[in-house]
Amino acid sequence: MNPTMAVSNPPVATAFFFYLLATIMILGGIMVITRKNAVHSALALITALLAQAGIYLMLYAPFVAGVQIILYAGGIMVLFLFVIMLINLERTLKERQFNKQWLVGLVAAAALGGLFITVFTKGKSLFPEGHLTYSESFNTQEVAALLYDSHRGMYMFAFEIASLLLLVAIIGAVVMAKKRI
Amino acid sequence: MGQIVQYIQSYLSSNQTPGGAGNFFWATVYILIVFGGLSVAVIAMNWLERKILAHMQVRLGPMRVGPHGLLQPIADALKLLLKEDIIPAEADALVFLLAPMIVVLAAFTVFIVVPFGPTHAITDMNIGILFMLGVSSLSVLGVVTAGWASNSHYPLIGALRSSAQMVSYEVAMGLAVVSAIMMTSLSPEGGTLSMIGIVQAQQVQAQWFIFKFFPLGLIAFVIFAIAMVAETNRAPFDLPEAESELTAGFHTEYSGFRWSLFFLAEYSAMIAVSSIAVTLWLGGWLRPFPNALSGSTWELIFSFIPGLTFLALAAMTFYNVVRMPKHPLFKIQTAGLAGFGAVLGLIGLILFVPAVRDRVGDIFWFSAKVAAFMYLYIWYRGTFPRYRFDQLMKVGWKVLLPIGLGLLVSTAVVGMRVELWDSLMRLIHHS
Repeated sequence: MNPTMAVSNPPVATAFFFYLLATIMILGGIMVITRKNAVHSALALITALLAQAGIYLMLYAPFVAGVQIILYAGGIMVLFLFVIMLINLERTLKERQFNKQWLVGLVAAAALGGLFITVFTKGKSLFPEGHLTYSESFNTQEVAALLYDSHRGMYMFAFEIASLLLLVAIIGAVVMAKKRI
Repeated sequence: MGQIVQYIQSYLSSNQTPGGAGNFFWATVYILIVFGGLSVAVIAMNWLERKILAHMQVRLGPMRVGPHGLLQPIADALKLLLKEDIIPAEADALVFLLAPMIVVLAAFTVFIVVPFGPTHAITDMNIGILFMLGVSSLSVLGVVTAGWASNSHYPLIGALRSSAQMVSYEVAMGLAVVSAIMMTSLSPEGGTLSMIGIVQAQQVQAQWFIFKFFPLGLIAFVIFAIAMVAETNRAPFDLPEAESELTAGFHTEYSGFRWSLFFLAEYSAMIAVSSIAVTLWLGGWLRPFPNALSGSTWELIFSFIPGLTFLALAAMTFYNVVRMPKHPLFKIQTAGLAGFGAVLGLIGLILFVPAVRDRVGDIFWFSAKVAAFMYLYIWYRGTFPRYRFDQLMKVGWKVLLPIGLGLLVSTAVVGMRVELWDSLMRLIHHS
């Protein structure tokens, strides 16, 4: 019986899955900036976003993964593609892909790389060690409790402010698009 | 060897979904069963749609290939596989090949959480309904890329129309779904997004959500029922493939096997959204009238219905065997139809065996409810004229969305009425 138990529930958060998904994400990210065709870039971005949803799943956060798929891959990227199709692709294909600001880019890349290396080497002491205290099957309920629970809910204000920000953006877009309101 | 047998057998006593038990073997078996059943359902749906639509328009429909055209879908499938697979010269070949795969993957992946019974699902996810909505929203990516990659005018317009339509109706659909999910939170176990949990909430509350807070549940169901037709691009919202304007819409340039992938995806997406509606509002695998007709006698009577249904189908088939023309040319067809009736009758008899009866009752009720929706899809197609695009957008944004928002607020208020009343009283007493 015991060997079957070992087989039945293998851990998902393994180094193999992390490196697999991270590789897909990085390859997708590189494709986004190197493809000349905007639709190909968008498809590569979708791949990267789906791999990110996989990483969330790996971290036992299924709710965040589901929201990632429904919002980014299914919602925002469809609008991206929608807009890309309406612009003239022939002209953009002829334009130069990269500009000549390589010095600034190099400095920014070096700074970001330095940050990543610092986090990678000293990360253990920089961040408090956290352990998952609840089962993954309660992830949605835990997220809801952190947002809205009358005792533990501490992020409701921040959450509602963020949604207000989006509302302002929508109203701004309508005001700019309409000549008469 | 003994360990493998034990591993396979250990699931049977676990009373869980294979995903929940973490059993790879049974998960694979379930995936194969669901995939096979779905393919058979799509083939049957193809025949039924043509026959029912024909009878609604006082025609006969397919009659030549097999008795009453029963072998027509198989002949069609063979024809599609043998057809030349054309990639237009100016098309973006990679995206053109990728698009049908995206659509099919999205349409089939959602079925891993569809609950055919308390243990008859491939797996149960904490985010079940969110997963279904999210993955099925990915299919619009396939439609859009298919239209764009064809590099032709009609497909592009069809793709733009369908993406606008699917994104618009997703909003109203989501609002209706949220109102049903809020109803699950009234169970003592608390709210859930899991597909199995939603049906169990209806069982615990002894009420299907379509009847809960009448008429709020009914309104949510109607919003979903309208939005799901638009989501699957079916008549009367089939503007992305309006044949009088756009030839065939986003799949105009596709032929052969790749076109059949789109066909497969469309029908399995129809089954998927119907199963969402059945799960959320119509009690999933629960049998009808659990309250009025309860007790062990009624349980027994209802457990006979699957078998009786198949026997009735067999009887109808044999009635048509008798009515077949007596000409010797029809000898083989008559024999084939009689064989089909015999198979149906045999299935019906097997369904009366007590061990089978107990295990497939939930699957039968779930499939029967989904089948009712599939009939509705055909009925819509035979009844309603196609909407104009501005009318479609008006219905989505100016009718369904405001009703959905109002419904969300009223469901929350009615669900929390006791708590709201208490805090109101406290407020009055304080001042």
